Amino acid sequence: MARVVVNVPAEAKRGEVIEIRTLAGHPMETGFRRTQLGELIPRDIIRSLVCTYNGVEVFRADFHPAMAANPLLTFTTVAAESGTLEFRWTGDNGFSATQTAAIKVL
Amino acid sequence: MKFCTVILSALVAAVSHAGEIPSAERRSGYEFMSRETRAMQDDEVTGPAVLWLLDGEALWGKLGCAGCHGDAKASMKGVAARYPALVDGKLVSLEQQVRHKAPGLASESRELLALSAYVARQSKGMEIRIDEKTKPLMERGKDFFHRRQGQLNLACAQCHDDNWGKKLAGNTIPQAHPTGYPIYRLEWQTVGSLARRFRNCLTGMRAELYAPGSPEFVELELYLMWRARGMKLESPAVRP
Repeated sequence: MARVVVNVPAEAKRGEVIEIRTLAGHPMETGFRRTQLGELIPRDIIRSLVCTYNGVEVFRADFHPAMAANPLLTFTTVAAESGTLEFRWTGDNGFSATQTAAIKVL
Repeated sequence: MKFCTVILSALVAAVSHAGEIPSAERRSGYEFMSRETRAMQDDEVTGPAVLWLLDGEALWGKLGCAGCHGDAKASMKGVAARYPALVDGKLVSLEQQVRHKAPGLASESRELLALSAYVARQSKGMEIRIDEKTKPLMERGKDFFHRRQGQLNLACAQCHDDNWGKKLAGNTIPQAHPTGYPIYRLEWQTVGSLARRFRNCLTGMRAELYAPGSPEFVELELYLMWRARGMKLESPAVRP
C-alpha cells in the first residue's frame, strides 16, 4: 500500500501564493545497485507527480534515479478559487497513488 | 604567557572530557546536525518518519493493540521513556515489548519499526527515566561500552565519551544518546532500530556483531538510556 501525505493550507486569500508539500513513501531503487551476489537490482522509482487544481494541471514533475527514497516535493501555486487539489504519483511496476486536498479561498 | 594559557585550557578540556559526560554537557545528536536535517526532523506533517507513524497508527488498530491498551495517545504516553525495562524479571527493549502479543512481527521489519515508532512518538518531549532495579544489568551494558573490542581494539567510550564533538572522517562524533529511536537515518533511507545502529558502529570497529534483541544489545541500550537520563525523547528522530 502506497503511503502519501500532502500539506495544503486549508484556507487562503484569493491571489495568494500558497506552498504545497508532498511526501510519498517509496524506496526509489536506482537500478544501478547490485546484490551481494552481483545481480543488478531492477529499477523501481516514481516516474512522475501531477497536481491538478479543480481539474487544471498546475504542477508536474519527472523523477529520475538517484533521487532519495521517500521524496518530499515542495512547490507553489496561486490560490484562485475554492476547490480540490488532486495529486497523482505514477511509477515503475505499476506504482500509482492519489491524494486529494480541499482548499477554501476567501 | 598566552601560549601557556592555551595549553592549560587544552588540558582542562581534555580532563573534562574523560569519563562520563556531565549532565550539563549532554547534547542530543540533533544539536550536531545541519539546519536542513533538523528541518526534516522538525517537520511533523511531511517529515519522512511520518510515513512510519501513519503505518504504526493503522497497525495499532489492525493488530488489536487498542483492545487492551485503548488510545495509544493516552496509554503509551511516557512508556518509551522508561525502556528497556524489566518485564516478568527479564530485561526487554521497547521493540521486544511492542511485539509481545504479535510475535509474527519480525525484528527490524517495517511493521515492527512503524509500531515502535508510533508508541515512542507518544513520549516525545518527555524525560528519560530508567528503573533503578535494572542497575546490575545496566552495569553489564556499561562494561560493554568501556570494553575494547574488535580488530581496531576500540571501546565505544573512546569516541563517544572522550572525543565527542571532534571529527571522524568528516562527520562530527556525537555523544551517542539514544534519544530518538527508532530513527529515520538518511544513510539508510529508512527507519531503523538502535540495534541496527549498534551493528553499524561495531562493523566499523571490526568487532563481533550480536543479533537484534540479544542480551548484549539490550543491556547496552539500557546503559545508554541510563547515561542519557533526564534528556528529552525526540522519537522518531532524523539523523544523517
